[in-house]
This record gives sequence, C-alpha cells and structure tokens, in this order.
Amino acid sequence: MAELLQYLFAGLTSGAIYALAGLGFAIIYNASHVINFAQGEFIMIGGMATATLTAAGVPLPAAALAAMALTMLVGVALEKFAIEPARDADVVTIIIITIGASIFLRGAAQLVWDKEFHALAPFSGEDPIRVLGATLMPQSLWVVGVAMAVIAGLWWFFNRTLFGKAMLATSFNRLAAQLMGIGVKKVLMVSFALSAALGAIGGIVVTPIAFTNYEAGIMLGLKGFSAAVLGGLGNGMGAVVGGLIVGVAEALGAGYVSSAYKDAIAFVIILFVLFFMPNGLFGKKGVDRV
Amino acid sequence: MLLEIDGLASHYGRIQALDGISLTVQEGEMVALVGANGAGKTTLLRCLSGVQPVSGGRIRFDGTDITRAAPERRVSLGIAQVPEGRQVFGPMSVEDNLRLGAYRRQGGAVAADMARMYDLFPVLFKKRELPAGTLSGGQQQMLAIARALMSAPRLLLLDEPSMGLAPLLVEEIFQVVRSLRDQGVTIFLVEQNAHAALALADRAYVLETGSVVIQGAGQALLADERVKAAYLGL
Repeated sequence: MAELLQYLFAGLTSGAIYALAGLGFAIIYNASHVINFAQGEFIMIGGMATATLTAAGVPLPAAALAAMALTMLVGVALEKFAIEPARDADVVTIIIITIGASIFLRGAAQLVWDKEFHALAPFSGEDPIRVLGATLMPQSLWVVGVAMAVIAGLWWFFNRTLFGKAMLATSFNRLAAQLMGIGVKKVLMVSFALSAALGAIGGIVVTPIAFTNYEAGIMLGLKGFSAAVLGGLGNGMGAVVGGLIVGVAEALGAGYVSSAYKDAIAFVIILFVLFFMPNGLFGKKGVDRV
Repeated sequence: MLLEIDGLASHYGRIQALDGISLTVQEGEMVALVGANGAGKTTLLRCLSGVQPVSGGRIRFDGTDITRAAPERRVSLGIAQVPEGRQVFGPMSVEDNLRLGAYRRQGGAVAADMARMYDLFPVLFKKRELPAGTLSGGQQQMLAIARALMSAPRLLLLDEPSMGLAPLLVEEIFQVVRSLRDQGVTIFLVEQNAHAALALADRAYVLETGSVVIQGAGQALLADERVKAAYLGL
C-alpha cells in the first residue's frame, strides 16, 4: 500500500509536468494545426535559465520570472522567424521546421551554457513529508500545485476572456474567425508565447527534482506529446488527463516491472492510442450538424 | 458611394477566378449578385473581406482604398460577411458566437446589440447557452447573420444564405433579409436562388465565369429574357 502510494506520488508529479507540456502542444496545435516539437526545448530553457540565474545569486522568484520571459521571447522568435515565413507551406513541412528548431535550440543551449547537468535547490526545503508510510517531497507539492494553478488560469483565459475565446474560435474555424476581425497572426504569436511560458514553468518546477541539461527537453517534450495524443490532440482537458495517465503509468511500470522500461511506457501508450483510438480519449466528438 | 470595385481580378494559383469586375454599392442599398456555381461569386466576397488575395484592380470602401487591407481592418471599417455554409463556431455557445461577432468593439453598446439580436431572433435567446453546432441549419443561418450584425456593420455581405435549407426556412431567411433591408442596412447579397434575390434587390449584377455580364435594377433583371433563360428556368 505504501509502495503503491509512493509510485502514485512520483507518477502524479511527473504527470503534472507532462500535462503542462501537453497543454503547450495543444495550444499551438489549435492555433495552427502544427505539432511543435520544440516544446521540450521550452522546458529545458526555463529550467536552465533559472538554474544559472539562481547560481549567480539572483533570488528564485526573479530568476523564474526572467527565465519565463526569456523562454517566451524564444517562443515568439521561433514563430516569427521560422513558422510565419513558412505559413503557406504544408503543415508537415512546418512540423519538420519545428524539429529543426528544436535541434537548433539544443545546440544554442550547449553554446550558451554547457553540456553539464544543472541543479536547482528545492523551493521549500528537502524534509520529506510522511503520508501513510510513503514519503512525499515538498517539491512534488510545488510541481502539482503550480500545475493546478496554471491549468486553472488557462481555463479562465480560454473561457472567460474575449481574446481567449477568440483563440478557441480560431481553432474551430479559422476563416470565420478572420471574418469576425480576429487577427489570426496575433493568435498564432500568442499561442507560441503561451506554450513557451507553460514549458518554462514546467521546467522551473521540475528542475529541483530531475536536474536539467541541454538535452533534458527531448524526453519531457516527447512525453508531453504522448500526453497530448492520448488526451486527443488539441483538447486541453485531454492533455491534462493524458499527462497524468502517462506519468502514473510510467511510475507504476518503473516500480512494478522494471525501471529500465520507464521511458518506453510513454511510447507504448502513443502506439496503442494511434492504433486503436487515433482521436484519443477526448478527441473530436460529432456535435456538428451540417 | 459606400463600396466601389474597379477592375477586380483574383486567381487561385494559375486559374483566374475574377476577371476585371467593376461594381458599386450605395449606402442603404441592397444589391444582389447572381450567377451559376463557379462563376466567382464567393471569390468576390472573399476578396471584399480580405481572405482571398487580389491580383488586380481596386476596392474602395467609403473612399478608403482597402484593396490590400488586412481582414481585421475591414471589419473595423464596417464590412461584415455571413460566409457560405454559415461557419458558426460549433462547439462554442450561441452567446459566445454573438460576442465574437463584436470582437472589434467594446463597451455597453455590445450588450445592447446582443439584446437587439435576441429580440430579432428569439430562438437564439432560447438556445443562447447551447453549443452553436447543435442548432438546426436554419437556426445556424440566423446565428451567422446575427453574429455578423454584432459588428455593427455599414455593409453586410451575405453569401448564399438560403443554401441547404428547406423551402420553408428559405422563406424565413429571406424574410429576415427583407426586414434588414427595410431597416436601412446596406446589403450585398450573393445568391444562386436568383428569383428570390432579384425580387428583393434594388439593383443586381449577373456574374458569368468571373465577369459581370448583365446589370440593372432587380425588377428589370427579373424580366430580362437572358436572365430568365439562364437563371430563372423560364
């Protein structure tokens, strides 16, 4: 029992990170039908920048904000200089551009920083909390709490603000959105900024648990992608549920089967989803009458 | 002159869809554009809204050259389009659809206009919290019209409002168009249902393979032998 609980804690913690990454995929996918494979690099940049800044003596909150701003800048630059010039190209071409961008960002990170692992001190100490025989690190609470706050904020943005609704409307019907006077270029740019911010936040809260280096974004990004696919691409709630499922499945697999298979589990889930339920858990339901 | 189109041309790749179209719409007027499938009617409206590139000619709206203006700027200037096939935001509520119609506007006038739309289309008020995609075809058409009106347009572009609707609903939609005309809304109506469109319009243009071939008063075109033969099935 204590063992299961322990795995669940670990799974929900990484699941929360995958959920944030999955939401990043979903937001850009909705705005452009592009799968942004540089999402993981947003996570890496957020973590790396915060780690370097705090190591240089900048207080954590300021470092975290600066790292977020830097990552959003990178996201907007990616959209402006790599995606927008190719906006008339095939979606597949643009997806390949994002893969290229992710390789470029990893290379740049290697130059700006180095190939070493960077650590960040846990936000509120390292004294484990005992819960029913299992131990819970305070940082896990930070991860889950921050993820919940971000998800609530996103829900509010997309359901309660006019610009958020306009972004959703653009994803449902781009032509009609243009005819309403919604600037779809701005929507695309904001979607990249928002996804970059989500990635950065994930990177910042996870670094005290997992360390980070220039390639840390690859796995996190791919698992976020699994989460988004499992939940149904473009569905926000799906990405969150998908992230938690991937995280928990991974932790249970690592605990009860073998930790050697930990990373394989996310990909088995992707294959399973693509073979048997390509729309994912919450994929498009047929509510439209024609 | 509210809308002046002069020698407008547009291409899809190498295929020419519009070939030197010139036409005008005056304030308060209702002008119809009729023609067969593929004549270029929808393309012309897409050019007017800025979602289809123009390859030649000029569009002026209330004296301003908008030939290359971004779609959102045209909405701000007062051009609203009800697109072919309604194109409502299916998963979003009726009310959200209406609110997005007024995306470029702010303030209390928006709420007042929303109330006005609910008066005009009581069925939308009844279903305001439902996803727009669950409405029937006729209700979606009304929503699309109301959504366009929410931008407080000076020129309303209507693309095939009767398409795909049962005869009874077609009658209802034209009823709505007529009452909008009577309220002084400037309307540019594109229709395959030439009879209904010509009967309503002050003036009309007939489009054939990308060019205007006949123009005149709506009633006059109804009596025109060429129009009768080609579009009215008489």
